[in-house]
Amino acid sequence: MSKLNVSSLDSLRNKILKKRKKDKTIVTICGGTGCHAYGCMELAEAFKAEVRARKLTNRVEVRTTGCHGFCERGPIVVIQPQEIFYQRVKGSDIDEIFDLTILQNKLVDRLLYVDSASGEKIVEEKNVPFYKLQKRIIFGNNGFIDPTDIEDYIALDGYRALAKVLEGMTPEDVIAEIEKAGLRGRGGAGFPTGKKWEICRGYKADQKYIICNADEGDPGAYMDRSLLEGNPHSVIEGMIIGAYAIGATEGYIYVRMEYPLAVKNITQALEDARRMGLLGDSILGSKFSLDIHVFKGAGAFVSGEETSLMASIEGRRAFPRQKPPFPAEQGLWGKPTNINNVETWANVPVILSKGAAWFGKIGTRKSKGTKIFSLVGKINNTGLVEVPMGMTLREIIFDIGGGIKDGKKFKAVQTGGPSGGCIPADMLDSPIDFDTLNKAGSMMGSGGMIVMDEDTCMVDVARYFLHFTQEESCGKCVPCRIGNRQLVDILTRITKGEGKAEDLKTLRSLASTIKSGSLCGLGQTAPNPVLTTMRYFEDEYIAHIEKQSCPALVCKDLIVYFIEPDKCVGCLLCIKSCPVDAISGERREVHVIDQELCIKCGACLDVCPAKVGAVSKYTGKKKTAVLKKSVKREKP
Amino acid sequence: MSPAFMDLTKKKIEEIAGRYPDKRAALLPVLHLAQSEFGQIGAAEEALVAAALDIKPIEVHEVVTFYTMYNRTSVGTYHIQVCSNLSCSLLGSGKLIDHLSRKLGILPGETTKDGRFTLSTVECLGACEEAPSMMINFDYYGGLDEKKIDKILDDLK
Repeated sequence: MSKLNVSSLDSLRNKILKKRKKDKTIVTICGGTGCHAYGCMELAEAFKAEVRARKLTNRVEVRTTGCHGFCERGPIVVIQPQEIFYQRVKGSDIDEIFDLTILQNKLVDRLLYVDSASGEKIVEEKNVPFYKLQKRIIFGNNGFIDPTDIEDYIALDGYRALAKVLEGMTPEDVIAEIEKAGLRGRGGAGFPTGKKWEICRGYKADQKYIICNADEGDPGAYMDRSLLEGNPHSVIEGMIIGAYAIGATEGYIYVRMEYPLAVKNITQALEDARRMGLLGDSILGSKFSLDIHVFKGAGAFVSGEETSLMASIEGRRAFPRQKPPFPAEQGLWGKPTNINNVETWANVPVILSKGAAWFGKIGTRKSKGTKIFSLVGKINNTGLVEVPMGMTLREIIFDIGGGIKDGKKFKAVQTGGPSGGCIPADMLDSPIDFDTLNKAGSMMGSGGMIVMDEDTCMVDVARYFLHFTQEESCGKCVPCRIGNRQLVDILTRITKGEGKAEDLKTLRSLASTIKSGSLCGLGQTAPNPVLTTMRYFEDEYIAHIEKQSCPALVCKDLIVYFIEPDKCVGCLLCIKSCPVDAISGERREVHVIDQELCIKCGACLDVCPAKVGAVSKYTGKKKTAVLKKSVKREKP
Repeated sequence: MSPAFMDLTKKKIEEIAGRYPDKRAALLPVLHLAQSEFGQIGAAEEALVAAALDIKPIEVHEVVTFYTMYNRTSVGTYHIQVCSNLSCSLLGSGKLIDHLSRKLGILPGETTKDGRFTLSTVECLGACEEAPSMMINFDYYGGLDEKKIDKILDDLK
C-alpha cells in the first residue's frame, strides 16, 4: 500500500467502511490476556471453522478484539450489530449460538448475564450494570477493534485527530488545546500534561525525544497492558501528536517484558503505521517526521520512575537521579525528553477530535476526563472500568464492581499500589480524583484498586507492600534501602506477635525519614501503606502488639485451627487433606488437630463441609485456651 | 567452549545498536537475545555481550545483576513464576506456591533434578483479573487452584 496523506486517509476510511457490509453479523471475541487464559483463541478458531463449515463466510465475520474489561466473565463474546452479550462461552456453546442467534436472531438464554441484584437477564452489553455506569471514552473502542488490524482503527475515525493537527494546527495550538482540556498525567502524580509539553517545547535542542511509559508495575494495575494489547494505535496516535507539539523526532515505548501480548500488538501496530506513512519521514505528507521503537524492560519496578527508565534505555542500571534538571530539559542522552504514561497518550487523540471544551465537561473541577481503574482482589466483578473523575468509591466498588465476594463485608481498598494507601469503609462516599485521594493519604497512582474484605489483616497488607518496595528499591538512597528493610522487619515482628510498645512510634519516625530522604517517587511514597493502615486501622496494630491477637485471623503465628468436638461428624475429610498428618481420629469419631504438628495451611477448614462447619480459627485468649487444652498425640 | 552468537543474531545486534545514538543503549535488548540463545547470562555470556557492544564486562555485569529477568544460571525447561503479590495472595497464591513446592519437591528458586521445572515467586504480573495467576515461560495461566495447576503440569508432560 502506498503511503497515506491527509486526504487519502479520508478516502481510505470511506473505502474500508464501504467494504464492510452493513448487514453482516460480526462475532467479536475478547482477546485480552484475561480471556486468553480462559481459552478465547481456541474459541475464536472454533467459531471461524464453524462459519466455514456452514458456508456463511458472506454473512458472518469473526473478529478477536481488545479487552472488553469484564474479565471476571470471560471468555466474552458479543454479537454485533445487536450487541448481544454472551459470557463464559465455551466451545460446546458454538452450535447453539449459530442455530439460534446467528440464523434466527434468538437468544441463548443461559449465556446471558444475570444481574445479581434484580435477577434479571440482560441482553445488550451496554445495559449490563458493569458497563452502564461507566464512561468509556478511552477504552470503549477496545471491544470493536481487532488490535492487529490497522483498518479497524482507521474505520472508527482513527488517525483523524492527527490529520487535523498536521493539516491546520501549530504545535502551540495543540499544547493550548491539551492545557485547556485540563488533562493530567495518568501515571499517578497528576502533573498537567499541557504544561509538561510546553516546558519541553521551550528548550532548544538538535534532538528531542518522547517516551511512552508502559513499565506498568503497580501491584493490582493492568490498564496500560490492556490498552497496548487492545487499542495500540490510540497510544501511537497520541504520541505522534505529542511529538509534533514538542518537536521530537524519535520516540520509545518502554514496556514490561512480562507483557508478551502487549509487546506483540504494539510492535505490529508500529510496523503497520510505518508502512502506511503514519510514522517515519513526512508523516501523512507533512513536513513532520518521527519514528517510534519498542524497548522491553527486564523486570525492575523502579524503571517506571522517569529518570530510571531513561537510564535503563541508555543501557544502565535503572537508578533514578536528582531532579532538576527535569527530563524536559535533560532527559535521554541529555536531550529534552517528554515522558507520559500509556493512558495519558491514549487521551490525546480523543481530546483533539472532540475538543477541549467537551473533555472539560467530564470529571471534577481540578481532575478532568475519565480514569481507568482495575478492580481486583475480593470483588465480584473483577475487571477494568473507566469512569468519570469524581465518581465515589461506593459507586465504583458496589454499583459497578458488584460488591464484595461471597457476601463478605468491605474493609478497605488500596489505591495507588505500593505508593498509595488503604482507604477505609467510612470514606466510601468520597469522590475519587487526584486531590481527594492525596488528602486521604493515598494517591491515584496508575489506577489499581485492590479491594479487601473483613478477612484481611491490615498489618499483613502493609507488610506485603513494604516487602515489595524493599525488594524493588534500587539501593541508591540509604533511607529507602535500609529504612524500608527496617519497616518490613518491624511489621514482620508484629505479625508474629513479637511487637513492642514503641514500634508504632518507630514506624512513624522511620516513615518520615524515608519520605524526606529519598530521591525518587518509590522511596518518597513507600511508607504510605504503613502510614495509612496505622491512621485508619490502628486498633489492629495495637491488638497484634498488646494482645498477640490478629482480629482478621490471618497472621499464622497468632492463630490456631481447632475442630469443634460438638460439630465434628467424623467424616475423615480433613484427615485426608492435611499435608502434614496433624489430624487424628476414626470414622464417626471426633477428629483432633495436633497443634504442634499443624502448619496452619487451612486445608482442613477448606474441606470441612459448609453444613458441618466444625473447623474454627481462634486468636488471642481463645487461642491460648485451645493450646492449653491441646493434648499431644502419642507417637505410634 | 566459549559461547558465540549465531550469524543471524549478530546481524540483529547490529540492527538494534544502529537505532541508538550510543551503542550501549542496545545492552538490555542484546541481553534478551543472549538469554534466549544461551539460556543464561553467566560470565562468559557477559564477556561476549561486552565485546559485541564495545563496553567493559563489568558494565554488563552490573546491569545483569540489577534486573530480575536475566537468569545467571540456566532455568528448567519450564520456568514457573507464581505471583505472590497482594491481589494474588488475597485469593490464595500462598497455598498454591506450597502446593507446587510439595508437588515438584523443590522450594521457590530451585530447579528439579531432571531440569524440567524451575519454581519462582514473582511480584505482580499485571494479570490480577485472573488472580491467582502464574506464568510458565511466557504463557499466562489464571484463575488457579490446586486442581488446575495439576492439570496444567500434566499437560506439559
